[in-house]
Amino acid sequence: MINDPLYRRKYIIGGIAVVVVLVYIIRLFSLQIIDQSTQQKAETNAQLRQIIYPSRGLIYDRNGELLVANQPIYEVTMIVREMKAQAFDTLGFCNALHIDTVEFKERMKNMTNPRKNRGYSRHTPQIFIQNLSQEEVAQLQEEQYKYPGIDIRIRTLRDYTYPIASHILGSVGEVNYNDIDRDNYYAIGDYSGRDGIEKMYEKSLRGEKGVEVLMRDSRGRIQGAYRKGELDRSAKAGEDLKLTIDRATQQVAEQLLQNKIGSIVAIEPQTGEILAMVSAPYWDPRKLVGKNRSANYKELLNDPNKPLMNRATQAQYSPGSTFKILQALVALQEGSVTPNTKYPCKGRSSSPIKCTHNHGSPVDLEEGIEQSCNPYFWALFRDMLQRDGYQDGNVLFKEHYSTWREIISSFGLGQRFEHTDIQEQAKGYLPTTEFYNNIYGETGWKAVTIRSLSIGQGEILTTPLQLANQAAAIANKGYYIAPHLNKNDSMKSEKHICLVDSSHFDVVHRGMARVMTEGTGKWYNIPEWQICGKTGTVENPHGEDHALFIGFAPMDNPKIAVAVAVENAGFGATWACPIATLVMEQYLSGEIKRNWLYKRMLEANLIDKKNDGDKE
Amino acid sequence: MVTKNRSIISGIDWWTIIMFLVIAIFGWMNIYGSSYNYDQTSIWDFSNRAGKQLVWLITAIVMGGVILMIEEKAYDVLAYVLYGGMMVLLIITPLVARDIKGSYSWINIGPISLQPAEFAKCFTALAIAKYMSQYGYQIKTIKDLIVPLLLIGLPIGIIMFAQRETGSALVFLSFLLVFYRKGMSGYILSWGMASILLFIIVIRFGDIVLPWGIGNWGSLASAISINLIVFGLMLLREKDFWNALIIIGATILCYGIALLINIWITVDFNLVGIISLSISTLYLIVLAIIQRKKSIGWIATFVIISTVLCQGCDYAFHNILQPHQRIRIEVLLGMKDDPHGAGYNVNQSLIAIGSGQATGKGFLQGTQTKLKFVPEQDTDFIFCTVGEEWGFVGSAGLLLLYLALILRIIYIAERQRDTFSRIYAYSVASILLFHVTINIGMVLGLLPVIGIPLPFFSYGGSSLWGFTILLAIMLRLDAARVNKMQG
Repeated sequence: MINDPLYRRKYIIGGIAVVVVLVYIIRLFSLQIIDQSTQQKAETNAQLRQIIYPSRGLIYDRNGELLVANQPIYEVTMIVREMKAQAFDTLGFCNALHIDTVEFKERMKNMTNPRKNRGYSRHTPQIFIQNLSQEEVAQLQEEQYKYPGIDIRIRTLRDYTYPIASHILGSVGEVNYNDIDRDNYYAIGDYSGRDGIEKMYEKSLRGEKGVEVLMRDSRGRIQGAYRKGELDRSAKAGEDLKLTIDRATQQVAEQLLQNKIGSIVAIEPQTGEILAMVSAPYWDPRKLVGKNRSANYKELLNDPNKPLMNRATQAQYSPGSTFKILQALVALQEGSVTPNTKYPCKGRSSSPIKCTHNHGSPVDLEEGIEQSCNPYFWALFRDMLQRDGYQDGNVLFKEHYSTWREIISSFGLGQRFEHTDIQEQAKGYLPTTEFYNNIYGETGWKAVTIRSLSIGQGEILTTPLQLANQAAAIANKGYYIAPHLNKNDSMKSEKHICLVDSSHFDVVHRGMARVMTEGTGKWYNIPEWQICGKTGTVENPHGEDHALFIGFAPMDNPKIAVAVAVENAGFGATWACPIATLVMEQYLSGEIKRNWLYKRMLEANLIDKKNDGDKE
Repeated sequence: MVTKNRSIISGIDWWTIIMFLVIAIFGWMNIYGSSYNYDQTSIWDFSNRAGKQLVWLITAIVMGGVILMIEEKAYDVLAYVLYGGMMVLLIITPLVARDIKGSYSWINIGPISLQPAEFAKCFTALAIAKYMSQYGYQIKTIKDLIVPLLLIGLPIGIIMFAQRETGSALVFLSFLLVFYRKGMSGYILSWGMASILLFIIVIRFGDIVLPWGIGNWGSLASAISINLIVFGLMLLREKDFWNALIIIGATILCYGIALLINIWITVDFNLVGIISLSISTLYLIVLAIIQRKKSIGWIATFVIISTVLCQGCDYAFHNILQPHQRIRIEVLLGMKDDPHGAGYNVNQSLIAIGSGQATGKGFLQGTQTKLKFVPEQDTDFIFCTVGEEWGFVGSAGLLLLYLALILRIIYIAERQRDTFSRIYAYSVASILLFHVTINIGMVLGLLPVIGIPLPFFSYGGSSLWGFTILLAIMLRLDAARVNKMQG
């Protein structure tokens, strides 16, 4: 045996063993040392991240009355791998959920289609059906143990105490892929504020999701907390929000605009706090909650009256006669008139602008405001701009026009408000000298060319929000704080000073008071608080005139400034003025005593009037 | 008697025993680790898998002790009887066994159930050792191998077809290594290994279509493998550098032209493989005739047989076999093995091992195995637990420990003066090598999923007892060597 010629073969056999072990060790090295991805895969396998949803912050009105709360809603999720692992009782499941198998198949198809459900995976819970009420999931909850891979999750939806303020509050809807890409806080099926205050304050209202990391085995059964819960994080509820809105005033304002197109904005002058803001037509915010949201939203989107647009901040009208107040203030500031300066009025035969009211002549500033005398304001505007003549290239005239524009814009016109939480705002328009230069040439325009501006018609555009703010600035005698909706003090720091000395305001206030005692608004004054106001009727190429009103009350110590715009209503005095005084009454006294007027406003249907006009 | 026992103790190879104990205890810890639930408490609880394994281990050690007491002549004398009895038991087993996952290999004896196939290896080793140690026996021709082949063919046949335990049956192929050591031509061994490899390649990759031309990876890889084997044989065996170069050059040229033509006309690469192999074969035949070298003729024969086998195998697999038969083979190769989709099991096992990284997650800290993502985690896939909880250090260490044990057994075999003992020891080394190679290769995703246990390590009484008896008999025979030397 010692002389075995084959003894070398022991090296071959030993060599095979060495080679095998060597190959395996190399393989182990590449798996365990070089490849780092398996660590992550093992964790994904073993972890089940259960999201804990925070409750969304509640929203209150200025008096602490609850406007927006939360209601529980249920969704059913599926882990397809676990479902398929055992025989799944489809029929029983459908019965428990009260759906038929056709719907089941359809939903399964949509859920498992990665194109429709981007994050689809058969290993993680996927939303099968959402927006179920407690009653709708009750049966499934009882029988849940029968269906592997099925889970019922609870989420919250918005619940509204009053069917009001839909434009202010905005709505909460499911996030889309853009949101998810922009902010990795969100996941499919999450909700976020889509517009209004809900969108503006999304970050503080939404709170912070919590997570519970559980350990699950290969069949998805929970085996307890992962690493004894050291990765868990509890949910943080959203912060509550107190609005500047006065619920009762808002509600009355909305009722006043029923069956009308238009808007109301009421502001507390000293603080810029918005007391009420209505855009009509509006909708019940409850319509945009839960499973009917998309259908109702579509309906609103297709409505020819465009209810989704917030007219209070986005509709742009010429200010009409309401603008005369500012004209008077600028002229006083520039010194081109005094309160005693009188201009003649030739009534209907006035040129270049005729007067629409019957009154004596000549008129001073107070009476000019009271009677809304067009010839007076044309003369005032003309003399302000050309008081120093035109000179070479109209230099002096243009200088005065620029100054005029600067003073007007210091009241917040022709620009969006900053330091506010109102997102959707139109800019309005105040024509610049360049604008007229472009149209008429450097020297081609004079005071008479732009005479429409003197009575608030022509190129100038304002939003109801700007008009209300202008009324507030007038009430404050020369300053404003940007209108806003959050009751806390974060937006009150910036005080905008108007370029008109406060001494000039008294005469204007008197004129505005006379509007309500002797002028266009004399039927609607409330002597108790002496309202100051100015009506406006704006020509509208598409149909009946728009009715406007701006004002504040009480005269001595203004508590509320209001702007009202009612589209295609005709005279401002007939519609806008009474609506505004009713809003003021509600806010100042907490109730409406002039029921006859209230009733008349409620019953008026001006939408049909507009639509009839459209047909003609 | 007393003196004799003392001499046995002094003759025992303690190194082997220490390695055996280290592996078995490490295995027991890993069984505890992989069958551990989060609410489970004690490793000593005998109702759980680790507790049971401890009982198996203690009884196995006692059994080993008993075996060491028995007169070593008994194994020689009783070899055929034991073998015959074992074969009878193997045949009876499927008749009395219940269906467990499609196999009929378990028999119940009282409270315990055993798998006779695990013990058959040991008795077959004895029978082969006995046959081959007859005076004057040498493996000169194929005829000399008929009886040994029958001795291993019988259990293979019974276990594979009657008990439906393919894995356990294939283990008997490890005796080919023993035959090789005893004088079987190296070609047969190489052919055997090469054809198993080619078979796996052809079937395993036969479904994956080439990204260019016509054909599949399986045929292409097998054809190229045959080419490379020819090149290797010409270079190393025949030491004919120039002709080896010509053959490999012709092959490269052949594929190069095919790829070039493929730019304009779609080429069937299956055909290209056959053409290149035909060219090599013709060249080899011409060489064999000119140089009058029989060995080159053998290489040519190898090429022809392998090519026919590969093509035939591919054709038969896809065209002749019934779908259900095909699935059975695919399952054997781990292609269709799991309910979760392609490669799930092996994939999870790779994740488990990989996530252990250099030093592992620590004892009882593995999540893949604890949470049962890995199948059969305390039996066939137990190496995953080692990989996950003990990392590269632990798993490579275990591999090296097995290597040391196998090399030690080869060393022991070589020091035997007695042919019977030597052949038996080689059988032990070969069986262990086969088990370790197949089991860990499967877990590492390098070999098809064939369910056989990791020796001394996987959970299971039959396997632990079987291997312990196997090893103990060898130690007994080795200890007797000292006695013989002494007197």
